[in-house]
Amino acid sequence: MTMLNAVMARYATSFGGETYRFDDLKTVMACASARRSGDELAGLAAESDAQRVAARAVLADLPLSTFLNEALIPYETDEVTRLIMDRHDAEAFQPVAHLTVGGFRDWLLSYEADSASLRAIASGLTPEMVAAVSKLMRNQDLIAVSRKCQVVTAFRNTLGLPGRLGTRLQPNHPTDDLRGIAASTLDGLLYGTGDAVIGINPATDNVPNCLALLDMLDGLRQRYEIPTQTCVLTHVTNSIEVMNRGGAVDLVFQSVAGSEAANAGFGINLAVLREARDAALALKRGTVGQDVMYFETGQGAALSAEAHFGLDQQTIEARAYAVAREFKPLLVNTVVGFIGPEYLYDGKQIIRAGLEDHFCGKLLGVPMGCDVCYTNHAEADQDDMDTLMTLLTAAGVTFVITVPGADDVMLNYQSLSYHDLLYLRATFGVKPAPEFELWLEKMDMVDRQGRMRLPGPQNKMLHRLINAAAA
Amino acid sequence: MPLPPEIDLWAKLRATTRARIGLGRVGDSMPTKDVLEFQLAHAKARDAVHTKLDTAALKTAIGGDIIEVRSAADSREIYLRRPDLGRQLHPDCAPLLKQGDYDAVFVIADGLSATAVSLNAVAMLQAALTRLHDFKIAPIVIATQARVAIGDDIGERLGAKICAILIGERPGLSVAESLGIYLTYNPKRGTRDSARNCISNIHTKGGLSYEVAADTLTWLMREALRRKLTGVDLKEEALLAAPAAAQALGTA
Repeated sequence: MTMLNAVMARYATSFGGETYRFDDLKTVMACASARRSGDELAGLAAESDAQRVAARAVLADLPLSTFLNEALIPYETDEVTRLIMDRHDAEAFQPVAHLTVGGFRDWLLSYEADSASLRAIASGLTPEMVAAVSKLMRNQDLIAVSRKCQVVTAFRNTLGLPGRLGTRLQPNHPTDDLRGIAASTLDGLLYGTGDAVIGINPATDNVPNCLALLDMLDGLRQRYEIPTQTCVLTHVTNSIEVMNRGGAVDLVFQSVAGSEAANAGFGINLAVLREARDAALALKRGTVGQDVMYFETGQGAALSAEAHFGLDQQTIEARAYAVAREFKPLLVNTVVGFIGPEYLYDGKQIIRAGLEDHFCGKLLGVPMGCDVCYTNHAEADQDDMDTLMTLLTAAGVTFVITVPGADDVMLNYQSLSYHDLLYLRATFGVKPAPEFELWLEKMDMVDRQGRMRLPGPQNKMLHRLINAAAA
Repeated sequence: MPLPPEIDLWAKLRATTRARIGLGRVGDSMPTKDVLEFQLAHAKARDAVHTKLDTAALKTAIGGDIIEVRSAADSREIYLRRPDLGRQLHPDCAPLLKQGDYDAVFVIADGLSATAVSLNAVAMLQAALTRLHDFKIAPIVIATQARVAIGDDIGERLGAKICAILIGERPGLSVAESLGIYLTYNPKRGTRDSARNCISNIHTKGGLSYEVAADTLTWLMREALRRKLTGVDLKEEALLAAPAAAQALGTA
């Protein structure tokens, strides 16, 4: 057998009388992925359903340690690969080091893999390992394992505890009108949303505008002594400048991706994230914890920057969580349906991707949330969002994003509504962060049944907030 | 339950934002009225994406010499899945574009909202043309299943120094009919997006007016010819020269 044949044979399988061969490890990974438009756009998707299953069969038999010996993006030219390899914790990996990818799936679903053992192996896992195993898992497997993972973080409250569901209150406005943003914020507070963060995507992304927005949010938070954190989701270099000018930065935000080149497309690298984190830590604004970073990710980001290096979009997405993990974030979320139908075509693809991203993040030890969302050119609607938010809450998602009436009037897409949070709390019995829950009670916003009071004329908090916002 | 107007505490605040604030609640859920209003807005947005551009009506309204072309994306489904094909001129259409010597070409493209084009493109085009009497303008081109970069190929083949493409923007729930204009100096296949200037949010529901958009557009076109460029550098100069242009130029 020639060398080439030996290599080929490593990624081949006979399946139902037919032999399937794959050129290399990343082709196996791409072909094993659930069907999605982004991989088809990139020309990486399996050519048939049978080939897809064959790729999964090949993947299932590979030792998990393959991913430590074979970098999908070269170590020499990519700082994300170097981060993944250099930070790998061989001792933590030991309990699963002998397993194949298929064996790892079985172990994850076993009773032996409880919260403590999953937490213990997190630093021994690489993004490629968790992406690989996720490709062998059905949606229910992704949910069953995710809900066993616990990732607890803290700043002014404690997020990720069992039985809790956090929410980002996202009061965006097309012209950053301060009163309009305050109105959307107080509306959300009346539904008890905003424990994960009150976070604005600015319409005009510059330093003076960020300072004005932060000043307003911080004033509101202090006035009502809300145990939460606020954030203006501006570029990390703007946040550094805002901190230099004395701005009230609780959390530093940044979009991150799974390759050095894709991050360069965002105008960042690991060094600038480190610099920003150090600056935010120095402000010591946290009260119950000092997790000061907030990251967003999303399948398709690397491909749209033409920086995916032949990796399927789910695998390179998981690599973004290694970037996030390095900086001990308070919050990370995938913006799953935001990037558009050329990456995730319809509700089925968005739902699957949301569950995969959450699973991969949690397994790696990242406080994973999700912007359950879609755009108007995707084949999806609010029914699909109902399904995904229900599944993610069953999976123990750290937080979801909520906007007034599910309609983001600045970014022009649909996420979850404030009402949706009430549905999730009632259906699953999940609660906000404990400090925030106490605050809601203290402010008399909760009735005797533990429900948010109706926003009618008798609601005292409504009057207080409205008068304040209208002033 | 929805409140009677006299005790609707939200009335004042609603004036500050288009966001769906102060909705009622039935138990934990949205009242029927709000659910249906949302569904109607979503339906309109989807219709804007999927409606075919009525090119015959558009040609009649514009009048004069008009060239109609299409992209390499043969259907809306392919268009949505394959942005790369929406950026390419269909090979059958190339012979329609004869090399000339023009200052500018205006391309009208469906993009993601044919509704935006039907409602706004003719008035926007007229507002621009009346300010450009001294320009040598190529025949108007209408492009379907088209994305912004199709203008590079069109402009190059026609020999136009500037391509201005008027295109339907991705519809939102509150506005499904927003028009954008992308300006490219020396259009050539493979031009980077950073070499373009964009004026977005042009519509009659509280967006940028045709007049303001046309002032900004024609100022940029004259500067583009003089400085022989479009893109980030031109945008920064525009903001310095005319701070009022900030709204029109957006943050893209």
